[in-house]
Amino acid sequence: MSAPLLEFRDVNVHYGAIHALKGISFSVEQGKILALVGANGAGKSTTLRAASGMLPISKGGVYFEGRKIDGTRADRLVSMGISHAPEGRGIFANMTVEENLTLGAFLRKDKSAIAPDLERVFELFPRLKERIWQNAGTLSGGEQQMLAIGRALMARPKILLLDEPSLGLAPQIIEKIFEIIVKVNETGTTVLLVEQNALLALEVAHYALVLETGKVVAQGPSRKLLESEEIRKAYLGD
Amino acid sequence: MTEFLQHLINGIGLGAIYALIALGYTMVFGILQLINFAHSDVYMLGAFFGLYSSRWLGLADKPGIGSLLAALACAMIGCALVGFCIERFAYRPLRKSPRINVLITAVGISLFLEFGGQLLFGADPKYFPPLFESGQPIQLGGIQINRLQLLVFVVSVVLMLGLRFIIFRTKAGRAMRAVSYSHATAALMGIPIDRTISLTFMLGSALAGAAGILVGLTYPKIDPLMGVMFGLKAFVAAVVGGIGNVTGAVIGALIMGVAEALVIGYWASTYRDALAFAILIVILLFRPAGILGENVAEKV
Repeated sequence: MSAPLLEFRDVNVHYGAIHALKGISFSVEQGKILALVGANGAGKSTTLRAASGMLPISKGGVYFEGRKIDGTRADRLVSMGISHAPEGRGIFANMTVEENLTLGAFLRKDKSAIAPDLERVFELFPRLKERIWQNAGTLSGGEQQMLAIGRALMARPKILLLDEPSLGLAPQIIEKIFEIIVKVNETGTTVLLVEQNALLALEVAHYALVLETGKVVAQGPSRKLLESEEIRKAYLGD
Repeated sequence: MTEFLQHLINGIGLGAIYALIALGYTMVFGILQLINFAHSDVYMLGAFFGLYSSRWLGLADKPGIGSLLAALACAMIGCALVGFCIERFAYRPLRKSPRINVLITAVGISLFLEFGGQLLFGADPKYFPPLFESGQPIQLGGIQINRLQLLVFVVSVVLMLGLRFIIFRTKAGRAMRAVSYSHATAALMGIPIDRTISLTFMLGSALAGAAGILVGLTYPKIDPLMGVMFGLKAFVAAVVGGIGNVTGAVIGALIMGVAEALVIGYWASTYRDALAFAILIVILLFRPAGILGENVAEKV
C-alpha cells in the first residue's frame, strides 16, 4: 500500500491556554472521503485549519504525500494541492462570482486549462453560471457554498478540505451539495469533510473519525460507525 | 458665472492632486486597517526626488513634457522604494502586534521623515525648477485655463485610470482586493499576503510621489514639512469619501479641492484649512462611514 495522502501524527493545537487538539492521529487515503464528525467544539474545524496551514500546531506532525508540511505557509500548501473551503464559506463578497472562481486558480501556471475547468465547475453548479457577473455577496447561502466549493476546485487540488458544507442550508440544497461532493470525489479528488450533521457525513464518507473535546473517540469505515449502537445514540439522535 | 466656473476648474485641479495622495491612504487602510501617517511624508519625498533628479539630470535646462515625465518617473520609483521599505522594516515586523503599536510606529516614521528631511535637505524652502513652460493660458469663453494646470490634471487622471486598471483588471489587483477583504481567506487561495501588501504600499507611494512633483510644479516652493497640512487634507478627503474605498477617495478629494477653491475665491484663503475639517465633520454627522463607505457589522 502506498503512503496516505494526508496524515496527522499525534497533532496538538493550543489556542492560548486552551488545548484544542490533544494528540490526534489519522490518515486520509488517496481517492477516499474521510469525514470528521462530532459536537460543536470537538476540534473538527481546528483539524482542518491545521491541515491547511491556517493554524500552527504545538506538537506532532502533519504529512502530505509523505512530506512534513506543518509550519509551511498556507499559500505554499495550496500549490502543493491542498484546497480548503473554510467554515462560513469565506467567499469574497465584494467580487463577482467569476472573480471568486478565478481567484481559486490564482497559483496555476497552466492558463489555457483554467477556462475548461471553469466550465467544469459550471457543469457541477449551473446556478453559478447564471450568476457569473453578480457580486458574490448577493448570492443565497446555498449558492455561496457552491461558490466556495467551486472555487476550491479551481485550484485542481489533490485533497479538498470542506468545513461544514451543510451549515445553515435548506435540506434539498444540502442534498444537492452532498451529491456534488460525491461526484467530485468520483473524479479522483480526495475529500476531508468536517460535518456536524453526522448522519449525512457518514452516508457519503468511506471512513470516519469521531472527535470529542480534541480527541479521537471512535473511528472506522463509516458503514461500521453507522451500525454502532453507541455512535447512533450519541450522534445520530437514536 | 464665469468666475464660478474658473474657481470650479481650479478646484478640480487641486482635487485631482489630493486624490493621488488620498488613494494611498485608502488603499493601505483597506488592506491593513492602518492609517499610514508616513504617507504624507512620502509625498514630500516625491517633491524632493523630483527636485534632485531634475538637478542631476539637468531636466530644468530643457523644460517640456519629456523632462516632466522623467522627473515623474524618478519620483514615483523613488517613492515606491521608500514605501516598500517603510512597510517591510517598520510595519511588517508588527503584523501580529496590537493595532495601537503600529499606529504609534506610523507617527514615528512620519516624524522621522519630516525631521530627517530637514536634516538632509535643510529646513528652508527650496525652489522647484519649472519643468514645463506653461506659456499662454488657453482662453475658453471668459475662463482661463493655464496649460500647466491642464497638464497636471491630465497626468493625475491618467495615473488614477492606471491604478483603476491595476486594481480591477489585473491578477495582482484581484489579489489586493482579496487580501483587503480577508487575509486568511486570501491565503487559502494561494495568494502571497506579504507580497501583496508590499505591492499596495508601492503603488500608493508611487502616486504620492507623482503628487509631490505636480504640487512642486504648481506651487514651486517645497520644504520637508510640506506634507503635514497637504497630506492631512488628503487623508480627510479619503475619510470623507469612505476610507478603504478607492472611488470614494477620488470623490472626497474632488469635494475637498472644489470647496477649497470656492472658499479662496469668495471668502478668504485663511479659512481654507479649517474648511477641510468642517466638511469632514458635516459629512461624518450624516454618513459616519463616509460617502461611499459601508458600515460593516462585526461578524459574530
